[in-house]
Amino acid sequence: MRTIILKTASSYLLPVLLIFSVFILLRGHYLPGGGFVGGLIASMAYVLHAFANGLSDTKNLLRFHPGFLMPIGLALAFVSGMAPLFLDLPFMTGLWYPGEIPVLGSIGSALFFDIGVYLVVVGVTLTIIFTIVDTI
Amino acid sequence: MTNQLVIYPLLLQLFLSIFLMFAWRRISWQRVISIVGGFINIAVSIWLFAFIWNEGTHTVQAGNWAAPFGITFVADILSATLVLLTAISGLAVSVFSASSIVAARLKYGYFPIFHFLLLGLNGAFLTGDVFNLYVWFEIIIISSFVLITLGGEKAQLEGAVKYFTLNILASMIFLTAIAVLYGLTGSLNMADLSIKVAAIENRGLVEITGILFLIAFGIKAAVFPLYFWLPDSYHTPPSAVSAIFAGLLTKVGVYALIRFFTLIFVDNTFLQDTILVMAILTLISGGLGALVQNNLRKVFSYLIICHIGFMIIGLGLFTEMAIAGAIFYLIHDIVVKTNLFMVSGLIYRITGTNSIRSLGGLYAQYPMLSLLVAIPLFSLVGIPPLSGFWPKISLITAAFEGENWWVIGAILFASLITLVIIAKVWANVIWKEKLELPERLNFRYYEKLTNEGKMQLVAPIVFLSLVSLYIGFGAEHVQQLSSRVATELMDRQQYIEAVFKSSQTTKP
Repeated sequence: MRTIILKTASSYLLPVLLIFSVFILLRGHYLPGGGFVGGLIASMAYVLHAFANGLSDTKNLLRFHPGFLMPIGLALAFVSGMAPLFLDLPFMTGLWYPGEIPVLGSIGSALFFDIGVYLVVVGVTLTIIFTIVDTI
Repeated sequence: MTNQLVIYPLLLQLFLSIFLMFAWRRISWQRVISIVGGFINIAVSIWLFAFIWNEGTHTVQAGNWAAPFGITFVADILSATLVLLTAISGLAVSVFSASSIVAARLKYGYFPIFHFLLLGLNGAFLTGDVFNLYVWFEIIIISSFVLITLGGEKAQLEGAVKYFTLNILASMIFLTAIAVLYGLTGSLNMADLSIKVAAIENRGLVEITGILFLIAFGIKAAVFPLYFWLPDSYHTPPSAVSAIFAGLLTKVGVYALIRFFTLIFVDNTFLQDTILVMAILTLISGGLGALVQNNLRKVFSYLIICHIGFMIIGLGLFTEMAIAGAIFYLIHDIVVKTNLFMVSGLIYRITGTNSIRSLGGLYAQYPMLSLLVAIPLFSLVGIPPLSGFWPKISLITAAFEGENWWVIGAILFASLITLVIIAKVWANVIWKEKLELPERLNFRYYEKLTNEGKMQLVAPIVFLSLVSLYIGFGAEHVQQLSSRVATELMDRQQYIEAVFKSSQTTKP
């Protein structure tokens, strides 16, 4: 599907979708959204880019194998779950930074867990789709 | 430090799998990490076991949410024992995998997935929440599905499809049963359920829910009418994989049955009778199935089914002595079944086949190895003083006291048939004249391996045989352990108190 319209649109849509996915990730604590949905939107951005420009272009854009995001995301989620253990609190207890941070609002260990989920979802989805496209 | 001890085995396995994923391409590193991790895991599990043995049931409220609302992790002696046995089998299989799994399979993430499987097993043993148990079961299924298909041979895929379909079906029934239970009680915490289910007036609905759980766990544990997926799938993956499946996967189903039918669905003669009938038929049909098989690993697969009957029968009799017998059998069976599948893998490496008819002459070729193999084989039969003998005494005594003559008959029949099968295996594989087998090209025969490779195949078998011997000769200790587990299981109050006592959450 190499149409000039889709190709032009995708290069503008890619950054917009990525920013939107981060927005969804951040609003996810109290409102619908979160790491999983955000990750899916982010991987959709890359899949759209791959449809328009071909897989090799997208791979060049990414520079590294998306599968590498999986252990990084898992490690981030793991560390954010571990953090309360050092304060002798149970695993996964939410720790919150007392003050407010501009734009982001209040920050806690749950955010880092969600970022971990986001990375794992992007990694898994892109690995699966890229592998399938490669074998066709 | 010890406040959070319950959760350490889980965290360790999760850490290991993530760490192994970072070393995705470096297979030689992965081997070392997995084996070293296995040793650390044993140390942590012994620590947990010793702590629980001295201090009694301990809980952790994940996320610091109070008991019936958050997810509770509970370690009583049964859970701690099973976590320890998982660690022991896990280490043995890690070492065995290092040499017996070919590099092509290791390259596609064998070790990370293997540790995810151990994570799921530990989680299932330690959780005190019904829905969380479902999630751990999913982790186990997904990892085992990857392990069973890794390599992608035709026979493997065929076995995997059967395995996957029936296990997904079991998960769906499990999920439905959870939904019904939640609709009845409005709770998912096992301790809370134990109180609330007892208070429900409509006993018919409780029985139906119990039956749903019995079917779901029955498929996973491979009991009588629900076992057909097992012998069709367990002989297809590499031996190291079937060893961990045989040792632990079906036992998770047994564990879940024991937990549910001693804690939540209790004092119900209808459910107990159903379990008893299923157990008797499992003993008979599994034994008869094993008698006619020719593939060594299929024989062992049917024996898994047969011996699941011993554990379920203890649950059906539901006296303290019977449950102690069932727990003892569970402990013995995990070690022996893991070992037997590794033995079949070793025999396969030596001869290049697993067909009993074409095997032979092992004793003439490797007398010391044959003696080693005799330990797990005869432990399985339960020739006194080896480990399979002691739990049967408890079971038969308990059946005598309840005057359940059918149960005694089934236990004796299954023991006898196991003896016949093992005698057949011994005579054909070890003693028979060696038959000329066609040499297989590009096959890594045992004698072609380096000394290190040979060590990695034999050492785990020696290790597990020593554990088996300890269970046999140190039966007094194991009996003491299983009696204490049985006392704890029969006394639901202490479990419930342990969960709610710690429900005052830790203040930061």
